[in-house]
Amino acid sequence: MSGNTPDTSDEQPMNTANTRIQFDHDRAMELRSQARSGPAIPVDEFRRSSRRSFLTGAVGIVGAGVFWRWVQTQPSDDRVPQVLRSVLESNESIWSNLAQGRTAPEYSIDQATPIEVNGTRGMDDEIDLDAWTVRVEDPGGELLDELDISFFESLPQYDMVIEHKCIEGWSSVVHWGGARFMDFHAHYADRVGEVPYVAMATPDGGYYVGWDMASILHPQTMLAMREHGEPLDQAHGAPLRLATPNKYGIKTIKRIGVIRYSHERPADFWAERGYDWHAGL
Amino acid sequence: MPRARNEGADTWIHDEPVARLKHRRAIRWLHWINFPLLLVMIWSGLRIYWAEDVYAFGLGGWHWFSFFPDAVNEFLGLERRLARGLAFHLAFGWLFVINGLAYTVYLIASKEWRHILPDRHSVKEAGNVVLHDLHLREAPPQGRYNAAQRISYTVVLVMAAVLVLTGFAIYKPTQLHPLPLLFGGYQGARLIHFSMTIGIALFLAVHLLQVLKSGWSNFSAMVTGYEIEEPDELDRVTVGSTTETPTGEGVGA
Repeated sequence: MSGNTPDTSDEQPMNTANTRIQFDHDRAMELRSQARSGPAIPVDEFRRSSRRSFLTGAVGIVGAGVFWRWVQTQPSDDRVPQVLRSVLESNESIWSNLAQGRTAPEYSIDQATPIEVNGTRGMDDEIDLDAWTVRVEDPGGELLDELDISFFESLPQYDMVIEHKCIEGWSSVVHWGGARFMDFHAHYADRVGEVPYVAMATPDGGYYVGWDMASILHPQTMLAMREHGEPLDQAHGAPLRLATPNKYGIKTIKRIGVIRYSHERPADFWAERGYDWHAGL
Repeated sequence: MPRARNEGADTWIHDEPVARLKHRRAIRWLHWINFPLLLVMIWSGLRIYWAEDVYAFGLGGWHWFSFFPDAVNEFLGLERRLARGLAFHLAFGWLFVINGLAYTVYLIASKEWRHILPDRHSVKEAGNVVLHDLHLREAPPQGRYNAAQRISYTVVLVMAAVLVLTGFAIYKPTQLHPLPLLFGGYQGARLIHFSMTIGIALFLAVHLLQVLKSGWSNFSAMVTGYEIEEPDELDRVTVGSTTETPTGEGVGA
């Protein structure tokens, strides 16, 4: 182009137009070749094969309908169709083997906000906090200890600012204070031996949760006594509740009245009402 | 017997109608399996969302449109079904992910992606497709899909990938940490997950309308794989002038 003489300038628009026509033609041919890149068959052969395809499609629709009906009419296992309950349990073992024991991010204290009250089951009336004790039981139901709050206050104290997540979808960054469950467990490990589960319940038994050992011994599983440096109020589970960033809030029982080691997977209030037992994050 | 018929797979030039393979068998299966799975995922997902339905269009405290009005929730049976919603979502989610992965792998391995991915001319051509849909100009040239299709099929694939990634970020935020940070944290991932769902639902609505508009032979191609291809002007010119060497131009392109 650099060799062009100035007197060609009046032909420039013409060239551009030609170029565009040439381009449009090339583009159309390129796209046409794309559209025709697949193999072709005679029309009568196509008619035969398409009958077969539609038949396959019809069978597929019926099959999908039967499958859906089969899922919906499964006997229910804790209010969820059995097959879905099995999938929830498979999910649990997939994730337990994949990444159990990872640590959730923690935040700075000024990011914390007050947590909302979102559940009062097992806490119908206020209790006398001075009279409160927690029963610790071995797998046989034998009483190991009846502890008041001073025991938990004597354990190493931690602060933890984590994102508390509700299974409903909301979450908030909360500043908890208290003792790690693993430090509590250290006092009973020898006496109870190898135990796979821990159950906890409110004093009136109105709310109860089950935990697997790996989750409850996670360093971020806390027996909380304080929120944002202040003693818990009763609506948030005073004097002792669970807190963790690694399971949904349904597992963080308030107002703990019983801690029982268990060989069987313990009953869980919300798992009995259709939710995942593990509820791990 | 059509003249100018190539042996084997390529019937590049023909002067009588032929049936051309448009959607390969694997694509058809994966497409149709995806359809009910997507519906189950949206339906169960909305049951989960109902438990904390905070999203709305608006300014400050003023909500121009809330997701979703009570009438919608009631009509679709979304209320007080969080546990069942979760159970279905977290079970069928695996099927949705496996099907989507299979589709993606197949698209790459079979090189079918070349029909779907837009190229550098597609944006301009897509504008012309829209003008054509509005009866304002003639249809621009197209390959198997027109430029607007290529862009929207690609966008919906990207949205599906983001949908799955944000889904996992919400599902296992600790175990998959720092995945949620990619999306602005747990609540960010939740908002994006919801937005992608709305985006895909809008795609689905437009897709269904376009399928209705395009007619039977386009629809049945997704069932049978083949669509009848009438000879066009170029065929007639080529067949007329090069009867002796019909396979000359464009074969193997």
